[in-house]
Amino acid sequence: MKAATRFAAAILVGVSFAALAQTYPNMGRDLAAACAICHGTSGVNTGGMPNLAAQPKDYLVRQLQDFRDGKRPATVMQQISKGLTDEQIDAVAAYFSAQTVRETR
Amino acid sequence: MKPTYTRRAFLKGVAAGVATATTPTFLSGCAGEPTPPPKPIGRVIVIGAGYGGATCAKYIRMWSERKIEVFLIERNVQFVSCPLSNLVLGGSRKIEDLTIGYDKLREYGVQVLRDEATEVLVEKRRVRLKHIEDLPYDRLVVAPGVDFIYGEIPTLNNPAAQSLILHAWKAGPETVALRKQLEAMHDGGTYIIAIPRAPFRCPPGPYERACQVAHYFKQAKPASKVLVLDANEDLVSKKGLFLAAWNDLYKGMIEYRPNQEAKDVDVKGMTVKTEFDSFKGDVLNVLPPMRAGDIAAQAKLITANNRWCGVNWQTMESVAVASVYVLGDATLSAAAMPKSASMANNHAKIAASAIVATMTGQPVNPLPTINNACYSYVSDREAMHIASVHHWVPEKKTLEPVAGAGGVSPQRSELEKRYADAWARNIWADTLS
Repeated sequence: MKAATRFAAAILVGVSFAALAQTYPNMGRDLAAACAICHGTSGVNTGGMPNLAAQPKDYLVRQLQDFRDGKRPATVMQQISKGLTDEQIDAVAAYFSAQTVRETR
Repeated sequence: MKPTYTRRAFLKGVAAGVATATTPTFLSGCAGEPTPPPKPIGRVIVIGAGYGGATCAKYIRMWSERKIEVFLIERNVQFVSCPLSNLVLGGSRKIEDLTIGYDKLREYGVQVLRDEATEVLVEKRRVRLKHIEDLPYDRLVVAPGVDFIYGEIPTLNNPAAQSLILHAWKAGPETVALRKQLEAMHDGGTYIIAIPRAPFRCPPGPYERACQVAHYFKQAKPASKVLVLDANEDLVSKKGLFLAAWNDLYKGMIEYRPNQEAKDVDVKGMTVKTEFDSFKGDVLNVLPPMRAGDIAAQAKLITANNRWCGVNWQTMESVAVASVYVLGDATLSAAAMPKSASMANNHAKIAASAIVATMTGQPVNPLPTINNACYSYVSDREAMHIASVHHWVPEKKTLEPVAGAGGVSPQRSELEKRYADAWARNIWADTLS
């Protein structure tokens, strides 16, 4: 319950996303789950999309930033990446980089 | 429609109840599990194994590290995808291509029950089922999709008429039957699709269907026509992209009539009646107005216009009934949120995260962020998308689209058709395996 208390305290003082993300341990996991509609569970592609699982974190951060800044051409990803903050990009990239390519159950 | 397990064997398994449930593995279909399952800390029942419910069942098992028992109640033997089902009408896919079993979910320890939830006993926290004894729950997830408001199209308000004038808005036998009607139609005939007022399941779906039927006509019966009767004042999704496709690919084949709401149908005369006009066709495809599925109504989860279920968008918990979560098309959509498969799948993850957190004494996600990606196929070769990102806005206590994010394709393309196929493979796997 400690985490819940910390979280309540964070809400009370009206803190930033970064601080909230620190109090909520599953930020990267939850963001990555949203990506799974196209990229597969835990970023493990099952056919036709770039595989995100186990990619180096720095590489993923750079790609998302490049999509967001319009430097890397894309169909969907420029539009999606503009919806992510720097902190979210960091959290989701960290999560994917920590996954193994073989899906675990 | 007999379930595959026996009542006696099943009751033996669940007799222990929620608190001490030592769930048997005979339902999991995975006898050779290497490690014994952990002691359950509670039970979630999920009603409906579509894009929302199936995903939620899987993710609760994953994220609780199998500590939460999950029963998934589904009346159909197999999952049939609504997305891509218009391609069955167009002829580039078979219904079998879109049909997937539930076996892989059993590998996560999801207990898939082929049954139908007939009643939710909210005070007792139990679900009444058609074939077996009531089941108790700690949390309930209701993901029933849509049902139709036939009362607003009086002549269709009986099974005989419904067997002739199809909606084919739930993929499966109706999809195949509508394709057969199109195949049986003479060259030079008219196919009419009547679209209800928004909101309805899959906003771009009717316009995609017009493309797919026109695609089929172009190959097989080129003198035929598609007539789109839209209750709305304009196309409600991907307007520019669809109009371009109609003009470039199907010139002269598709006629679009806005502000034409189907009020009734003359089944013998094959005529759709709107307020002031009548339209005669050879194949009529009438989409009645839609609402949350029947079980949501029975459970008193519907809170808006007698149609949709209001939820707390941070957790997907019903605003009407505590410990009950509603997913997918049945929800009263948040601002600019479409009733799509991608959204239902991502609703499921908000709910799974919140349910696992509350059942394990952890904080819930303070800032859930989800996204939508939704493809439409305009032929057998090209597709286009709409995308959006939706994040929790604490001051407003709702999910809102992130300003500046999202959008549609600049134009349809063969590349996006390949991505659409890849989206389907990945979301099917994410939902079901």
